[in-house]
Amino acid sequence: MSEATNTQPEFQIQTEYVADPYTLPLEDVNPAQGVLFQNDAHWPYFERLRKEDPVHWSAESEFGPYWSVTKYQDIKYVDMNHQIFSSEGGITLADQDEDFTLPMFIAMDPPKHDEQRKVVAPVAGPRNLAALEPEIRQRVCNILDDLPRGEEFNWVKHLSIELTTQMLATLFDFPFEDRYKLTRWSDVATAPPGTGIVESEEQRRAELLECLEYFTGLWHERAKRDEPGNDLISMLAHGGSTRDMLDRPMEYLGNLILLIVGGNDTTRNSLTGGVLALNQNPAEYDKLRQDPKLIPNMVAEIIRWQTPLAHMRRRALVDTELGGKQIKAGDKVCMWYVSGNRDPEMFDDPDAFVIDRPNARSHISFGFGIHRCMGNRVGEMQLRIVWEELLKRFHKVEVTGEPERVYSSFVKGYSELPVRLIEN
Amino acid sequence: MPKITFIEHDGTEHTVDGEVGLSVMRAAIDNLVPGIDADCGGECSCATCHVYVDPSWMDKVGQPSDREESMLDLNPERESNSRLSCQIPVTEDLDGLKVTVPEFQM
Ligand code: HEM
Ligand code: FES
Repeated sequence: MSEATNTQPEFQIQTEYVADPYTLPLEDVNPAQGVLFQNDAHWPYFERLRKEDPVHWSAESEFGPYWSVTKYQDIKYVDMNHQIFSSEGGITLADQDEDFTLPMFIAMDPPKHDEQRKVVAPVAGPRNLAALEPEIRQRVCNILDDLPRGEEFNWVKHLSIELTTQMLATLFDFPFEDRYKLTRWSDVATAPPGTGIVESEEQRRAELLECLEYFTGLWHERAKRDEPGNDLISMLAHGGSTRDMLDRPMEYLGNLILLIVGGNDTTRNSLTGGVLALNQNPAEYDKLRQDPKLIPNMVAEIIRWQTPLAHMRRRALVDTELGGKQIKAGDKVCMWYVSGNRDPEMFDDPDAFVIDRPNARSHISFGFGIHRCMGNRVGEMQLRIVWEELLKRFHKVEVTGEPERVYSSFVKGYSELPVRLIEN
Repeated sequence: MPKITFIEHDGTEHTVDGEVGLSVMRAAIDNLVPGIDADCGGECSCATCHVYVDPSWMDKVGQPSDREESMLDLNPERESNSRLSCQIPVTEDLDGLKVTVPEFQM
């Protein structure tokens, strides 16, 4: 297969798309188009690929040539075999900016990945979370109690963004009044230039360096304390294998951005997706009101149904075979989680949202293998607490208009969901 | 059938029948023993079936594979007797096996 190029074409917003992929020659089916996701039009693309060409080569795309892996078992196979399918050099279809690469363990192979992950893992671990739960619940309650009553508002902005930002602030023990900086840095790190967030690569770098500067201040403050706190910065500043990380500032910034981004859009979009799913399925909302004990399973089902990250990408290290296709060393391989979660061989009636679905927890939204989401329990806990507290307060969070979806084949989410609260 | 005892974090014991050829994880799930998620269904790729093996049984259950080792190693609550229960096949030799379920799965 042809060499993937390193230079990204200028980013251009695409507005046109083919709604019915069955009208295309199979080789022209390319699901990696932000416009498809923005219009919720990607579903038939994956349905066709799962049926006709589960491991599929696209010779041309905005991101260069790549393989699409669309069935649950094949995706899991790729994710588990990190010695064949490498994360080194980037984990989204888009290539990293050659001159400004942030080293982060999500984009590393063992042994470096393992060393770095082990240091920060406890911050997102269930033991630490159990200790933080009362504080997090209190913050959730405050946000819910302050929501506008009797009028329409944007759920994404008032609840989803606010809450995930506060959660991150808690994990970092970040100055509460400055927390909006976290949201800003997350957006800056992920948005393509020219889409309204940043105007240029230069602006992006400048803002990310401000982020580094801010966190360098926090590092010095935490490093001085004799009793290290349970927050991420303290863990890095006191951890045996990371204590000198400040000497490698890009690595420090990389780890920060990884947690800020990893913990932001994903949970944000699950919080919004859950409201949308329950509104589209009123019988499930009834089921939930009758039996709040279904919340933990519903949380898994929301994360399956939403699939907040549509894909993760690997690069083949050696020639290999998958689903009868010959993959060449160097090829980009895209694991479409969004498709695996709708694979009928894994989930009965996969497009249905069923809050007591028996195997909801088997969803592939967190990935599998050594890179499996480190923040899975953080995300689950936030969703669980929000739904517990929502049910106590409101009969319904009613969707009052169409959602606006994000232009991206990576972050699968919403910029707007108009809602109104109906009191108990 | 070999008997397997799962001890919950709070000390509650569950003794269940294991089926030879299936995993210790399956014995827990099939008998509704709490505390084991097994999100990946037993393919050594989620590490949510973590257990601590009673030290006196460590020799009998054998060594983790490289793949299991790489998953176990990422768990901050790993101890020297940690295993992923989906990677321990039930055999007649394991009749009487005791394992402790951790307070939290990662
Ligand atoms: C519903 C919420 C979330 C979803 C769907 C999600 C999804 C994912 C996925 C798909 C991966 C890559 C898995 C793979 O390659 O096999 C990942 C990795 C990661 N996530 Fe999450 N995530 C969520 C929440 C969070 C939160 C709240 C945090 C931080 C507090 C976080 C931090 C991370 C980190 C650090 C990694 C890298 C793990 C590694 O490479 O070893 N995630 N996440
Ligand atoms: S069930 Fe997933 S690792 Fe054992």
